[in-house]
Amino acid sequence: MNFALVIEWLIKGLVLVFILLGGFAYLTLYERKALARIQVRIGPNRAGPWGILQPIADAIKLIFKEELIPAQADKLIFFLAPVVTLVPALVITAVVPWGPTLTVFGHKLTLYIADINVGVLYIMSVTSIAVYGIVLAGWSSNNKYAMMGGLRSSAQMVSYEIALGLAFVSAILLAGTMRMMDIVEAQKTIWFVLLQPVGTAIFLIATLAEVNRAPFDMPEAEQELTAGYHVEYSGMKFALIFMAEYDKMIAISAIGATLFFGGYRGPFVDQFPWLGPIYIFLKIVILLFGMIWVRATFPRIRYDRLMAFGWKVLLPLSLAVVFITAIGIILAQQVNQSLIWLIPAASLLAGFVAIAMMYRTLRRKEYARA
Amino acid sequence: MRVLEPLVGLIKGLWTTLASMFEKPVTIQYPEQKRPVRPRFRGRHVLKRYENGLEKCIGCALCAAACPSNAIFVEAAENTDERRFSPGERYASTYEINMLRCIFCGFCEDACPTEAIVLGDTYELSFTDRRQAIYPKEMLLEPVAANGAPTPQKTEPGMFTRSVPEMKNPVD
Repeated sequence: MNFALVIEWLIKGLVLVFILLGGFAYLTLYERKALARIQVRIGPNRAGPWGILQPIADAIKLIFKEELIPAQADKLIFFLAPVVTLVPALVITAVVPWGPTLTVFGHKLTLYIADINVGVLYIMSVTSIAVYGIVLAGWSSNNKYAMMGGLRSSAQMVSYEIALGLAFVSAILLAGTMRMMDIVEAQKTIWFVLLQPVGTAIFLIATLAEVNRAPFDMPEAEQELTAGYHVEYSGMKFALIFMAEYDKMIAISAIGATLFFGGYRGPFVDQFPWLGPIYIFLKIVILLFGMIWVRATFPRIRYDRLMAFGWKVLLPLSLAVVFITAIGIILAQQVNQSLIWLIPAASLLAGFVAIAMMYRTLRRKEYARA
Repeated sequence: MRVLEPLVGLIKGLWTTLASMFEKPVTIQYPEQKRPVRPRFRGRHVLKRYENGLEKCIGCALCAAACPSNAIFVEAAENTDERRFSPGERYASTYEINMLRCIFCGFCEDACPTEAIVLGDTYELSFTDRRQAIYPKEMLLEPVAANGAPTPQKTEPGMFTRSVPEMKNPVD
């Protein structure tokens, strides 16, 4: 193994971790600002110009806060749980390609840390670990609210992981590979969001549930569970859990941008490779805005409806989407290339059927109530 | 397409929040920017003066009697023509309001026979200990008008003979 290569990996890994940690800090500011504007407020603007020093002030506050550990808590697991939640959020970004291969001072620099040929599978497996962190945080706190939050999150994340995985499958089928670099290159002519709009929609909804964001933020429903699984956490341990949540948002937005929105691809990327990181950054910012926007708009849905939606709507729909995608690809390969457009048409039809059935169910419930 | 109602509802909601993003923020940047108070706002008390600088307060302590929370303490002393503070017979040598007790009801205003005490516009009342919460007369008295003289004034004998100065019917 080449020593210089190891050094390069180390540097890239460090840079990525620092970007994610800085990104977390500024994502909190971004979210607060965007939420404030949606609520016709100004948002934080006292610390530094436009509040750009606010995350630093928050960090200093959190570091100097007292860390409480409940007397009956399982100390070791209580200590480990925030770490277990944070690490997967940082680790999944290793396979995301941030740009095409750059040539810096005659040296070829690849803008990803690991080029795994089963990149998407790796993402799926690592994100599942994050569930442990939340469940263990809830359990080790020895608090009934935290326990409820942890249990809810395990049920929710496991349920929505299936729909999320099947949404991934539709992108994998379209690209014909699990390697992230190749998935991006497969979107050279057309982004997968246009070929598989319903798959993208399922992905976006399921990610909201995966990262416990509103309107699926059951594990931390303030009104019912005070703060859910992190109710007993304070100080820097709380900051770690908080960081994990926001880094998961960033990571999952990066993955979504890579799988469905062309990754680092955009106009003139082939001529100017350094545009790649800028494009993916913009795409991540837009996807993050979507998450914030949804949080500002929709109320939290009831827990049984969340589960019903996951199992009775998203799961069948995502199965149908995978089925349609597979058939469309076979038709396009065997009969005519333009038949690929059957995929979006048929999956939109499937989405329509799903909404129609939801409408019927809702109306039947209304009659039953009346 | 009534069937699409679940989706249309969600999109309408998203549109509403997005549109509100482009409205002007309603926030008032408080320490730099202050909203003018309402005409009948009851803020911190002010002890008024006449145009010539004499204090309106005659030290009758009716305000202290009217005060439901016992926040006001008045001690009166005799005016002389050599050292005259108010046009009446007496003046308030001590006038203290405990701002921790005051409930800003405005009864003192109503009780005052000379319209000397008025609830003003100031609402920034903060202190770091209880002693600072007691506002003495010097803090409550309004500054002397341009053509007036500060108290105590030296006045000609025979000018002020009434124990309570003559008042018009109060307005407002």
